Amino acid sequence: MSAVRSSDARRAAAAVLDPELRVLTIDDLGVLRDVTEDPATGRVTVTITPTYTGCPAMDVIRADIRAALTAAGHADAEVVTVYAPAWSTDWISEAGRAKLAAAGIAPPGPAGPAAGRPVPLTLTVRCPHCGAADTEQVSRFGSTACKSLWRCRACREPFDHLRAF
Amino acid sequence: MNTPGAPARTSVEYLLGLGDDALVAAQRLGEWVTVAPELEEDVALANIALDQLGAARLLLGYAGELEGAGRDEDALAYLRSDREYRNCLLVELPNGDFATTMAKLLLLSAYQLPLYAALSVGADERLAAIAGKARKEVAYHLDHASLWTVRLGDGTEESHRRMQAAVDELWPYTVELFAADPAAPVDPAGLRSAFLANVEPVLETATLDRPADGWGPDGGRAGLHTEHLSYLLAEMQVLHRAHPGARW
Repeated sequence: MSAVRSSDARRAAAAVLDPELRVLTIDDLGVLRDVTEDPATGRVTVTITPTYTGCPAMDVIRADIRAALTAAGHADAEVVTVYAPAWSTDWISEAGRAKLAAAGIAPPGPAGPAAGRPVPLTLTVRCPHCGAADTEQVSRFGSTACKSLWRCRACREPFDHLRAF
Repeated sequence: MNTPGAPARTSVEYLLGLGDDALVAAQRLGEWVTVAPELEEDVALANIALDQLGAARLLLGYAGELEGAGRDEDALAYLRSDREYRNCLLVELPNGDFATTMAKLLLLSAYQLPLYAALSVGADERLAAIAGKARKEVAYHLDHASLWTVRLGDGTEESHRRMQAAVDELWPYTVELFAADPAAPVDPAGLRSAFLANVEPVLETATLDRPADGWGPDGGRAGLHTEHLSYLLAEMQVLHRAHPGARW
């Protein structure tokens, strides 16, 4: 199969929203890896990668991609999941980071190597509401596997932080 | 650390060992949901369980394909008996108190981290991809367990006593993790120094004594388990066995 990159199928897939971070598209998030189309059959193949192995949003994302492609005239679509290279928060686009901050979710810092240090460095996370650096972690895990829960000491507001991964 | 000349295809038995460790650990961690000491910890343990379950699904799915007998991840998880499970004994032990749970998580993640790191650069590309993802997740589990071990070990007299008791009780179960297996893609015997490098500094910071090495119970990799696994599987499998093919 000599598949080619398909720009209109890609536009349709790239507009699919992440079900757990409704302000980001799967393209902003770096979950969308590739979209190709077989010129002979018209079959579209969308390649995605999960943020976390157990991410429960993947089934919804697959269904939403198929629905978006069908609506764009590509009824014959296949969604392929790959695991390597492993997703990193470094893949979140600049536009995606701005959307996160605007939604009150502090975007991640650089992920760096997965060194597996037994005691992690504590990095300051800026409050997405008032911009203060005087914040503290309330919980290492938040409403989803990819977030932790923080509180701002300056404006007293709680906020989610998409942790570097 | 990778066995030289290891085949690019991994054995089904080996994959079941990896997958069953993750699956049984996930099931145990899930028991804490709604009864953890604080709400944040409910969420933390549920998320760690979800990571382990995610890895288990990929590993068991791969094992089922290699086996070629038509068993998928669900058939392997729900329709095998205890004697067919290949997990280490450490993960099937009851949760005990919170200190015991954290000691289990510390020992498990300190073992899984160098294991997945070695597998992520191994010859089997599909296993390497799974291990590469699981490795990043396990690093956070190790951080989490390390922080709690220090907090409890270097905490009150009572929390110190319980954390030390938990580490002492579980330490013998780590012997099984590093039993030499030259046929494995990564010989477990070669992982012990990296495991100790993850655990010993944490115990020291936590003002805990590192237990002496000695005899340890084993048999998990051969399907010889403690009685606890049967009860765990009964609860995990009852719905699927009573209503085959049941779906939400």
